[in-house]
Amino acid sequence: MRLTAIAAAVTLVAGVAHAESHSGAVAPEDVQYGETGAVATSLSGMPGDAANGQVVFSTKSMGNCVSCHAVAQLTDVPFQGEVGPELTWSGESRSEEELRGIVANAKMSFDGTVMPAFYKTNGYIRPGNGYTGKAAEGDLPPILTAQQVEDVVAFLLTLKEQ
Amino acid sequence: MKFKAMTAIAALLLAPAAFAGGADDDVLVINGEIEMTTKADAPAHLDGALDQVISGWHFRADETQQLETDDFENQGMIFVDQAIDQWNTAAGSEGKSCADCHGAPEDNMAMVTATYPKYDSDAGELQTVQMQMNECRTERMGADPWKYDSGAAVNMEALIASVGRGTPVQVAIDGDAAPYYEQGKEMYYTRYGQLELSCANCHEENFGNYIRADHLSQGQINGFPTYRLKNAKLNGVQSRFKGCIRDTRAETFSPGSDEFVALELYVKSRGNGLSVEGPSVRN
Ligand code: HEC
Ligand code: HEC
Repeated sequence: MRLTAIAAAVTLVAGVAHAESHSGAVAPEDVQYGETGAVATSLSGMPGDAANGQVVFSTKSMGNCVSCHAVAQLTDVPFQGEVGPELTWSGESRSEEELRGIVANAKMSFDGTVMPAFYKTNGYIRPGNGYTGKAAEGDLPPILTAQQVEDVVAFLLTLKEQ
Repeated sequence: MKFKAMTAIAALLLAPAAFAGGADDDVLVINGEIEMTTKADAPAHLDGALDQVISGWHFRADETQQLETDDFENQGMIFVDQAIDQWNTAAGSEGKSCADCHGAPEDNMAMVTATYPKYDSDAGELQTVQMQMNECRTERMGADPWKYDSGAAVNMEALIASVGRGTPVQVAIDGDAAPYYEQGKEMYYTRYGQLELSCANCHEENFGNYIRADHLSQGQINGFPTYRLKNAKLNGVQSRFKGCIRDTRAETFSPGSDEFVALELYVKSRGNGLSVEGPSVRN
């Protein structure tokens, strides 16, 4: 399993790098998911910043990941959720490529999962304008930017048994 | 039962970080006399989606639960008192009050909340309690309809629920109600909004789990209208639906819309067998 994911990731590198040479970032609709949902290269073309990723993870208006996932290392964040699995060991149990794919669109890794897609812009039923309850005006931006996805991935990679 | 409690304690001791999940085993008796059914075998039409249906009361903190056991502590009853005044007051061009046609609510309204929404063949539509009340106001009293889920409407709905407390919810889903049931069911499993979450994602797959600070219940509506500590007033079912859909970053529906009327029937039917509990107390 792990091996196929890596192999798929390797074959993807070329195509993604090509797209990036034009824009720097990969647009949501151009993200290439491997067979198991992994994404080989940085969506922003830049490395992630783990400290910023921690903020994205814990902030309601950003990733709000903590509403569903507990992370033991975040000792000062109260009321961590239990809808998704605890992520205290993600940096050991998952590769960077897998984590990127899961955060960008978890449905590519886990069929029908409850987890929202954070780097996607269409295919929604009655998309709203944030939390206003009103209709979205025009195309929605993805919930997280390419760089925020990279930042969260960098943060997840720091989560290891201490 | 005993054994389950012990394993739960053992699990807590092993993993102190874990939350205590699930519904509790408390028993709800109101005013020392109305014995409430707050857990029941799931109705057959749920087709195994749930084994047991559980009132939202079981997912609230002990202090919140306590408030519902006594009408003097249940602040929702203050609004019921206001509705009693309204019940007895004439309104509209006909100069009639609810009492003029219906007498005392406890004598004639006890089965209403348990059986609504209900198909009304004269009106040719499925009606919620609020729609029925507005039919009386406009057609029999010559009064203006109440705005859907407005204070006056929800308070009156709570009075009607309060006299039916303890009665098992038993809405009909067959015959003329069937198309509404199907529409509501479809909505219940639709993943709305940018977060792509359905009612079922939270209230069927994850009840008992915490989503941030909120302990997810089954989203049952046997306890509506609910007095919420958060806004210190009675809250209508459809306003609650609106809030939940809004929280999926979706364009929501409006209270009183055809969609929410159908959804109300479907969600109510998921609680067939639970006691009518409104006005309940929630956070
Ligand atoms: C509404 C709930 C929800 C939210 C919000 C959410 N997740 Fe998840 N997540 C889940 C669920 C459920 C799973 C389990 C996947 C499945 O369905 O099998 C999961 C799985 C994961 C996994 C894989 C865990 C593993 O190793 O198996 C990672 C990593 C993850 N989520 C990270 C995140 C991050 C980062 C965010 C925010 C940017 C986030 N999640 C937001 C519900 C959520
Ligand atoms: C993102 C998660 C989420 C989704 C999706 C969601 N809800 Fe909720 N709902 C909640 C939370 C959190 C609460 C408050 C805690 C509780 O009672 O479960 C709640 C409460 C409720 C309640 C109040 C229950 C009570 O006892 O007071 C009802 C009714 C309800 N939801 C119905 C629905 C319906 C119907 C839908 C779909 C249209 C829906 N919810 C979608 C999270 C959600």
